[in-house]
Amino acid sequence: MEPFDPAELPELLKLYYRRLFPYAQYYRWLNYGGVVKNYFQHREFSFTLKDDIYIRYQSFNNQSDLEKEMQKMNPYKIDIGAVYSHRPNQHNTVKLGAFQAQEKELVFDIDMTDYDDVRRCCSSADICSKCWTLMTMAIRIIDRALKEDFGFKHRLWVYSGRRGVHCWVCDESVRKLSSAVRSGIVEYLSLVKGGQDVKKKVHLSENVHPFVRKSISIIKKYFEGYALVGQDILENKESWDKILALVPETMHNDLQQNFQKHHSSLQRWEYLKKAASQCPSNIKNEKCGPWLEWEIMLQYCFPRLDINVSKGINHLLKSPFSVHPKTGRISVPIDLQKVDQFDPFAVPTISSICHELDAIFTSEAEKEENQAESDIKHRTRVVGPSSCGMWDAASASPDEQCHVHAQDLNWQNPG
Amino acid sequence: MQGTSSTARTLHGRSLPLLVHVLKSVENLGVSYVKGTELYQSKLEAEIRRLKFSYRESLEDEYEPRRKDHISHFILRLAYCQSEDLRRWFIQQEMDLLRFRFSILPKDKIQSFLQDSHLHFEAISEEEKNLREQEIIASSTSLGGPKLELEYVYKIPFADALDLFRGRKVYLENGFAYVPLKDIVAIILNEFRAKLSKALALTARSLPAVQSDERLQPLLNHLSHSYIGQDYSIQGNAGKISLDQIDSLSTKSFPPCMRQLHKALRENHHLRHGGRMQYGLFLKGIGLTLEQALQFWKQEFIKGKMDPDKFDKGYSYNIRHSFGKEGKRTDYTPFSCLKIILTNPPSQGDYHGCPFRHSDPELLKQKLQSYKITPGGISQILDLVKGTHYQVACQKYFEMTHNVDDCGFSLNHPNQFFVESQRVLNGGKDIKKESIPPETPQPKQSAQKTKNASSALASLNSSLEMDMEGLEDYFSE
Repeated sequence: MEPFDPAELPELLKLYYRRLFPYAQYYRWLNYGGVVKNYFQHREFSFTLKDDIYIRYQSFNNQSDLEKEMQKMNPYKIDIGAVYSHRPNQHNTVKLGAFQAQEKELVFDIDMTDYDDVRRCCSSADICSKCWTLMTMAIRIIDRALKEDFGFKHRLWVYSGRRGVHCWVCDESVRKLSSAVRSGIVEYLSLVKGGQDVKKKVHLSENVHPFVRKSISIIKKYFEGYALVGQDILENKESWDKILALVPETMHNDLQQNFQKHHSSLQRWEYLKKAASQCPSNIKNEKCGPWLEWEIMLQYCFPRLDINVSKGINHLLKSPFSVHPKTGRISVPIDLQKVDQFDPFAVPTISSICHELDAIFTSEAEKEENQAESDIKHRTRVVGPSSCGMWDAASASPDEQCHVHAQDLNWQNPG
Repeated sequence: MQGTSSTARTLHGRSLPLLVHVLKSVENLGVSYVKGTELYQSKLEAEIRRLKFSYRESLEDEYEPRRKDHISHFILRLAYCQSEDLRRWFIQQEMDLLRFRFSILPKDKIQSFLQDSHLHFEAISEEEKNLREQEIIASSTSLGGPKLELEYVYKIPFADALDLFRGRKVYLENGFAYVPLKDIVAIILNEFRAKLSKALALTARSLPAVQSDERLQPLLNHLSHSYIGQDYSIQGNAGKISLDQIDSLSTKSFPPCMRQLHKALRENHHLRHGGRMQYGLFLKGIGLTLEQALQFWKQEFIKGKMDPDKFDKGYSYNIRHSFGKEGKRTDYTPFSCLKIILTNPPSQGDYHGCPFRHSDPELLKQKLQSYKITPGGISQILDLVKGTHYQVACQKYFEMTHNVDDCGFSLNHPNQFFVESQRVLNGGKDIKKESIPPETPQPKQSAQKTKNASSALASLNSSLEMDMEGLEDYFSE
């Protein structure tokens, strides 16, 4: 892949916004079938331009207006905000207090930095294929809950461009949810609690809620490969001491001794599980049995959500198909059917797709160039059931949404 | 609001302040004891009985007290609808009170209540129940054992069961919550909260008309100021602190939450949003001006290799915003202890919150040791923390670091900690120009030796009584 140079962004973006950005589908999504008057026109966008100039309260009349403005301003970054009571670009003319955010998709932001205390391979903004599994597990766990527990049908997962993923839930009723309910949803989905000052961040009660039970089943599928092999969390004393901090003191000596005798994280984990199930459960407040094992797995693997991103109706979040200014990667949708195979390092960068487009342009006829363009567009979209569902949500009435999408795309089950 | 003015005149002197007593008691107990536990319930019941507040449901001869209860409630709505903070406080206390009253309602009364209140909940069929029996039992903490056949289970849209699903106390499937009868009270509280919130907003809009009645005006003003207390948003002392005093002030006069934030800021040259809000507003409350604040944060962030321009573009806007110079132009008030303890808990990489509430006891102990608190003091503090008496633990910290037997006040605000500390250290000469609000400290003799929640409550109540005298006149016939 062509290496990305941030200095080239102005030129690259110019080409990207002229030839590659999927305006039609994007508009179709945010317009939601044009059923509600002015829904698109009242949507806030924010642009970050060259030199970190940040402008809020952008809004557009229609698709062509959007196209023109984006091509004119060449934004480095695009954020999507709420649908307001009035056109955002006229908010200064509105009587004080009358300009209100009314609706917005329910969004989630999962960021790899929030896992720094439990990943050994990378820290901060870095990611690698070893720790990316955390995102895979997060997507599976959260998506299952959104779909099966909450009944949400239109869920779009997007790669953020650098170190995480976003989720956009677009159902009509969801866009109307209050801030309190959004916070409640995040709370429901949260299990890992505490900052620097807290060693043990997961505490399960005796009653294990079905959400927790189902999440643990998902983690179990990945735990050996991710935690015991990839992260090697019981590799040596330094690393297993961190696990011991999560386990009752009475077990420490026994575990320390036996860990020395074993040769791999796998073996040590098996031993820990056995020891946990045997320890006497009459000690008050000391958790034993499978709960202990689960609490450790959850602390190392369970998704960590930022509540502030999800709870505010007016919160702005990076738009799908926006470019990440530092990595050049496009925020592409993630195909839920192929979540395990998703490779953030294979995501097209703006340089690579512009380069491809250029290469074809210089040597072939225009007809083929258009074909190439749509090829690239198609690959960039990484089309999948729920992402298509999102696009199609706009074209039908709310009741028909799922049917339209299944028909068009020949799938068995929508979303 | 018709008829309010004539009713106000005929109110018995006891009922209005009484309800506020009760709400204040509810608040204090809610902080000191875990809500819903037996201890909390019995303390609350005792407190209400002490205040002779009518709380038994449908006794006919209780009509008069209940009528007064209703009237008081409406007058309090007038007083507390006026700001976001006041509304939130009022709603929270009323809900706690309602929850308590519901908990003592006999089971057969609950069903009739549901019918009377037009809450449309449908019970699910036996088959549907059987299909989900395991899940429902596993989700509900109130069901003891597999006795699901005897319980009604209601299917409710999840958004109507907010208080249940947010804590994973109910089974969710395809957007519906499957709520056993026992848990239905949470739903009712939700409805109550929504209705009360709407009513308060409506009340606020009609307030100008009511306030023009000169008989009610002074009462309303007096009520909301006295019973909520200072919020430290008035900057009477702005500009009296210089930036180079902050390091030493942080060890001498800051409460542990702010001391920790300051240290983290100095060490990392950065704080995340939650920390910036909590600490930034506190600094505003102790007297930093906007200019000083901008300089303070910028200096520190630049040490962390932040580009000065990036600071100007990103962070300075937020600082000016919190001083009310941008956007909505709300002058944000520094966070109270309750707010810090109850909202926005810290996560990985955060330093905000209340150390007594949010730190592991081990790490808290180490921190206190590094602050040179004596082992005896540390163990008292840890005991208080174990009993969830976080603010009292902080008062103990105050006593240890200022070398006094009795801090002499009931802590509910970090800026209050600072003011009291400065008073002790400067021998009575305040940095703040303002005098202490009426509801805080009692002279030493009325506070007990052992600082515990009930003594805090006692001192609060006695000061409320002192205030009550002025109010009685408004109501005597």
